[in-house]
Amino acid sequence: MIVVVLVALMFSAGRAAAQGATPPAPVTDNDINRVAHQLYCPVCENTPLDVCPTQACAQWRATIGDKLAAGWTDQQILDYFVAQYGERVLARPSTHGLNVLVWVIPPLLVLGGAAVLWRFLRQVRPGPKAPAPAAAPPAGGGDEYTDRLEQELRKRI
Amino acid sequence: MVANFGFLALLVALGCALYAAGMALVGAARHRPDYIESAHNAALLTWPLITLAAGLLVVLLVTDQYQINYVHSVTSRAMPFYLKITALWGGQAGSLLWWSWLMATFSAAAMLRKWDRDRALMPYVIAVTMVTLGFFLFMVVGFENPFARLWQLPSGDTAVGMLQPAGAIPMLLADGNGLNPLLRHPGMIIHPPVLYTGFVSFVVPFAFAIAALATHSADDEWIRTTRRWTLVGWLFLSLGLILGGRWAYDVLGWGGYWGWDPVENAAFMPWLTATAFLHSVMIQEKRGMLKRWNMVLIILTYSLVIFGTFLTRSGVLSSVHAFAQSAIGPFFFAFIGITFTISLLLLFREWEHLGSDHQLDSLLSRESAFLLNNLLFMGIAVSVFWGTVFPMVSELITGQTITVGPPFFNRVAGPQFAVLVLLMGVAPLVAWRQASARQLGRMLWIPFVAALALIGVLLAGGMRSVGALFGFGICAFVALTTLMEFWRGTRARMRATGENPMTALLTLIARNRRRYGGYIIHLAVVVMTIGIIGSQFFQQTTQGQVKPGETLSVGQYSIRYDSLSEFTTNDGRQVDRATVSVFKDGQLISTLNPRRDYYFDSQQAMTIPGVRSSVENDVYVLLVDWEPIAANGATFKIYLNPLVNWVWAGGFIFILGTLIAAWPDAAEARRRVTSAVAVAAARV
Repeated sequence: MIVVVLVALMFSAGRAAAQGATPPAPVTDNDINRVAHQLYCPVCENTPLDVCPTQACAQWRATIGDKLAAGWTDQQILDYFVAQYGERVLARPSTHGLNVLVWVIPPLLVLGGAAVLWRFLRQVRPGPKAPAPAAAPPAGGGDEYTDRLEQELRKRI
Repeated sequence: MVANFGFLALLVALGCALYAAGMALVGAARHRPDYIESAHNAALLTWPLITLAAGLLVVLLVTDQYQINYVHSVTSRAMPFYLKITALWGGQAGSLLWWSWLMATFSAAAMLRKWDRDRALMPYVIAVTMVTLGFFLFMVVGFENPFARLWQLPSGDTAVGMLQPAGAIPMLLADGNGLNPLLRHPGMIIHPPVLYTGFVSFVVPFAFAIAALATHSADDEWIRTTRRWTLVGWLFLSLGLILGGRWAYDVLGWGGYWGWDPVENAAFMPWLTATAFLHSVMIQEKRGMLKRWNMVLIILTYSLVIFGTFLTRSGVLSSVHAFAQSAIGPFFFAFIGITFTISLLLLFREWEHLGSDHQLDSLLSRESAFLLNNLLFMGIAVSVFWGTVFPMVSELITGQTITVGPPFFNRVAGPQFAVLVLLMGVAPLVAWRQASARQLGRMLWIPFVAALALIGVLLAGGMRSVGALFGFGICAFVALTTLMEFWRGTRARMRATGENPMTALLTLIARNRRRYGGYIIHLAVVVMTIGIIGSQFFQQTTQGQVKPGETLSVGQYSIRYDSLSEFTTNDGRQVDRATVSVFKDGQLISTLNPRRDYYFDSQQAMTIPGVRSSVENDVYVLLVDWEPIAANGATFKIYLNPLVNWVWAGGFIFILGTLIAAWPDAAEARRRVTSAVAVAAARV
């Protein structure tokens, strides 16, 4: 009996703690901007939400403020905006559906280009020996480079 | 009357352009030098005609002729005189006319050069430049006519057109809308002309390349001829991009200078391929290799230039539906498609003749370093292109549009740029044909150790960002390798001639402008990269509402709101000007005046930040104008941008380096002619 009462007390104490027993910190402009920076204005062209000057954007920022004050996390707010206005509000494209292509294609193309380049470079066939100074075993310091440079310069002076 | 003359001039210019293109091709096909001469003169004639049209438009703009639709949309009585002139490129129609004027100017300059050595190329150069000019004139005359008038129809609706519709009367409005306030800034005054100059100038090397293909020429003549064009065009394109960034920083109010906006990317992509081209042609000049690839690069650059103009002006990226609504969109698309296809067909026809004169001798060589350079530039261009057009692709396929913003571009392009900068430090030290790894190592170890030491120092100082640590390390490495190149050359010269260090250095640069100008550009890139790393990785920001006397803090700085003054200016704006004091660690270091300008005519506001600039950072204070601004309280947003002024300083060094590299040098030209002859003889 005592065990049952104790367990019941523990459960109710746990629920009280979960129901926002800690007072929320006041939401500052910086908090709102932190979230707004990750979003783009749903109706303007290519304007991040933290710098958009329109009335509509001001209201959206106020919405973010309200939700932060209610204890929502950043990710929950972002998900809310996506649910309301679509994927286009995210500054960083998501990785599901067709959007995975935006992330995957560039590395694939660059690697493809590198593969083409590698095949081209492998056709290396050493031609007639390059002029001696370039291939000669280096003597000491960078001096032999300097000698060659001096020779070149003497030709041009 | 004036407008009619202007429009007529454009019509005649269009006729001349099409005539010139046609006659040039017919003359080339039938070996009729007189046809080609006629085409040459018609091409030249386009310039005075378009100059006249542009001049007449300026007259209309400065005399407040609001019955002209364009004048009404971009000027107002309150605007100062000089802004009415710059309004020439302030709207769509004027901007396209401006593009056409630049194209006519460059074509005329090309016509007026000495053609003795490459007469065979002229008809095709005429054809390409005149077809391009013709297209833009067709857009202006057919769809975006800056001389069209406003008419009031009997039904009460407004019509726009050159000629009076039946029953309509001219609409004479008392005042115009005025130029978009964002465009009334010095940076925005010169950014479009400079950028467009950069764009248009690349049409000339492209024209010569096509001419080389059309005349079955497999040599480098077209590259040598257009080298200076390419370099000057590249200078203007670079400057245009830097100015655009500076303007965005000064007036757009988000504390940054590059947002990976589609219009920014549109101008950036041709710069990337053009830079790859600038480097790649050196391989063709030196070793007769990569001829096909250089053709591909210049064709891509031209297509991206037109595509960039298309993206900027047609609104295609806001939505695919806007594309269909804007009349010029489909035409641009078709023009790019047709010119790209014809260029590639010409290239494939010549494919076999453009084989390399030499083979690659070694994996470790200047040639392979340049190839890696090209791979990276193309990789970045492709990444930027894909990110820019993906929203359109997504909308076409799924019906849902997405935003591809800075997080994507920074993540994808950033590492590629880092490798490119690193390569920039190594490649100049790699010998042509076959480099010795041991020798390379000997030249690189000091900069490498110094870079590691710098990273160590930064780590000890508390820096933890991996990207920034790598970035600064690479910058130190490249700066040192490049400076050591200067040192080696100067020291060699001192030993050979006994000159003092300063004279040796200056003469070294003067006599090898291309190489050392290039090295200076590389140093400029390093300086700019340092600025970019600082401002991208370490920016701090804060925003808050304060009453007079209260402060906002960010980093070591506090900003105190002192007072507000409100007044009206005589050029039509209401100004709210705040005074704030900036303290660093408690010491007063500056007073700034962020302000909000509200323009009555266009009913738009602009916020101008108060900025305290130093080598170390910018303290950037903005009035947040969607919150109330009053003497008893206002909202400010403050950015702390470390090292951002290195970006602009690097920009100056960049310009200096390009001027040095491009400066004509009679002695060097003679040397290159003799060495070119020797190279050509060796290849036989």
